[in-house]
Amino acid sequence: MSGLRILVGCKRVIDYAVKVRVRPDKLGVVTEGVKHSMNPFDEIAVEEAVRLKEKKLASEIIVASCGPQQNQETLRTALAMGADKAIHVLVEDKDYSNLQPIHVSKLLAKIAAEEKVDIVLLGKQAIDDDCNQTGQMLAAILDWPQGTFASKVVKKDGSLDVTREVDGGLETINIKLPAVITTDLRLNEPRYATLPNIMKAKKKPLTTKKPSDYGVEIKSSHQVLSVEDPPTREAGQKVESVDLLVAKLKEAGFMKS
Amino acid sequence: MDLRTARNQDKQHPYTRKESMRRNVRNKKGSTDSQEPGQATSVHTEEVDETCDGRFLGDSWVAGSCIDPSLGLNDDQKNIQSLAIDFARNELQPNMKKWDEEEFFPVEAMRKAASLGFGAVYCSEKFGGSGMSRLDTSIIFEALAQGCTSTTAYISIHNMCAWMIDEFGNEAQRGRWIPQLASMEKFASYCLTEPNNGSDAANLTLSAKRDGDHYILNGSKTFISGGGESDIYVLMCRTGEKGPKGISCIVIEKGTPGLDFGKKEKKVGWNSQPTRAVILEDCRVPVSHLIGQPGDGFKIAMKGLNGGRTNIASCSLGAAQACLEISRDYLKIRKQFNQPLENFQYLQFLLAEMATKVTASRLMVRQAAQALDEDWPEKVALCSMAKYFATEECFNVCNHAVQIHGGYGYLKDYPVQQHMRDCRVHQILEGTNEIMRLLVSRDILLEGQRKYS
Repeated sequence: MSGLRILVGCKRVIDYAVKVRVRPDKLGVVTEGVKHSMNPFDEIAVEEAVRLKEKKLASEIIVASCGPQQNQETLRTALAMGADKAIHVLVEDKDYSNLQPIHVSKLLAKIAAEEKVDIVLLGKQAIDDDCNQTGQMLAAILDWPQGTFASKVVKKDGSLDVTREVDGGLETINIKLPAVITTDLRLNEPRYATLPNIMKAKKKPLTTKKPSDYGVEIKSSHQVLSVEDPPTREAGQKVESVDLLVAKLKEAGFMKS
Repeated sequence: MDLRTARNQDKQHPYTRKESMRRNVRNKKGSTDSQEPGQATSVHTEEVDETCDGRFLGDSWVAGSCIDPSLGLNDDQKNIQSLAIDFARNELQPNMKKWDEEEFFPVEAMRKAASLGFGAVYCSEKFGGSGMSRLDTSIIFEALAQGCTSTTAYISIHNMCAWMIDEFGNEAQRGRWIPQLASMEKFASYCLTEPNNGSDAANLTLSAKRDGDHYILNGSKTFISGGGESDIYVLMCRTGEKGPKGISCIVIEKGTPGLDFGKKEKKVGWNSQPTRAVILEDCRVPVSHLIGQPGDGFKIAMKGLNGGRTNIASCSLGAAQACLEISRDYLKIRKQFNQPLENFQYLQFLLAEMATKVTASRLMVRQAAQALDEDWPEKVALCSMAKYFATEECFNVCNHAVQIHGGYGYLKDYPVQQHMRDCRVHQILEGTNEIMRLLVSRDILLEGQRKYS
């Protein structure tokens, strides 16, 4: 098989540097006027796709993002990193709060089929909702093998060796193509987009679609009841001696008396 | 494997780095909440340390505030800006203190910047430049300077030299030097000032006598940024009559016999780039190294400086923006009289004044850059106004930031003093601010055609 076609999912999330604040109505977090950027794990996925293309193993990289108009900025960033074309599934603001991994995986499944891709590369999770579901759901919908939490991907003839970061260490599996891969932190270090590539990215094709074009209805199956700030950490206290420390720990029930 | 990849592999992964920085920010905020008023001094020192090392360029609160440097920019400009901010945040800011202390010229970091297109930002794409506008350039240098003002200022001078060769050089010269300069494989220095001719540059005396296919150069240049380390010297010399019309522009490569350097100067700031005198003794340079025609030198030098002035003013903007952001955070953390400094009206007003001056400076610098892009006849005066106003006001902002930090502001552990030291010289070089006033008043008082536009 020569020239794999790769689909990469790019989610627009609140920038990792931002101190997230809960909205006054407690039904979400403040996103207005807050810096957004590409989900760092998706950035790793784009980088991996670009490296496969640089090694002449991939022929075309398609990036896709589901969300409001501003998601096009995220897609332009991916194009500037080296993707070839972008698909923006425009989800209106009112629907966006209902958009769940199940919807995104259905949309990506349609795009993957339409674009006849061989690999779908996704971040293992997004840093906003930390769902860690889209890749797995997508593999189920497509009925493709999945290599999740990848820290190394090696192309074999018609298959991939994927090294996965599992609880006990590393696990290497061989999966047949087409396949879904989700990226872990140590897979690669994403590049900076260069100035010339940022300019070139403007000229690359970006298609806008609607969820209805893919026959997907954005209807949430669950309801957010309340979003709360984590409890503020309280001040500690200093103890004079180890004996006192042990006594305090026993008192607080952290040690058996 | 290229150098960049190899270097990258040596370093901590950016996401882990980002994670640890995020933790710092959280710790900082968490510990402030729980701080007992009575313990202010002892607890305080540690916290502020985190503010400096774990600080984000363009921290979360900047976006959406009135001092957001991306206000009014289009999507392309925002993309370029965020690239430059990311680079400054990851590659420059973590090192700026070290480079200052060790007087280290960060060749590798600058080459990495060049690999993103920052080596010849406003040179045409034909020979490897990035083909950006002067406005884009200003946005880039402002963003980079937030990470290290001194290093960015050198990069801006290098860019000015590259542009002079790209704009006024012939095809052979551009083909020879621009690719090397764009990649920063070779570094460039601008040589105009002489020991006895600073502001009075039109009367410079370094002589170049024609001898067959060569010029023989004798004399010296002083305060040359990059001097001794740079590979390419874009130098103004006297080939003809007295006054500006007898000046020519010539390129001298390092290693040419007769080219020598003075001692490395000890400076108040700008310590990440060496400054030396450039000394020429019977230095033979091929006539083919002449940029433009004999007698064009002064015009080329001045045109280069128009861009140099918006560039250096942009570096001041970056320094002031960084100081403003750091000061804002400090006002929230530091407590005196049982309350955070942000509650004191004098400091609130001071912060507002600093923010207003940075914003006013930014508007002037960006308008001057636009004047260069669109070749307005008033561009010389507008660049001069912007340079004088922005470098003075931004220095004052940095100086106020030091004052806000009190005793801590005077310590080299805290970055505000470095930005203040680094920006001080911007009021002196690329034409002193007194010469800027001269150019502005000359433009207003002039009747008839403008001289250097």
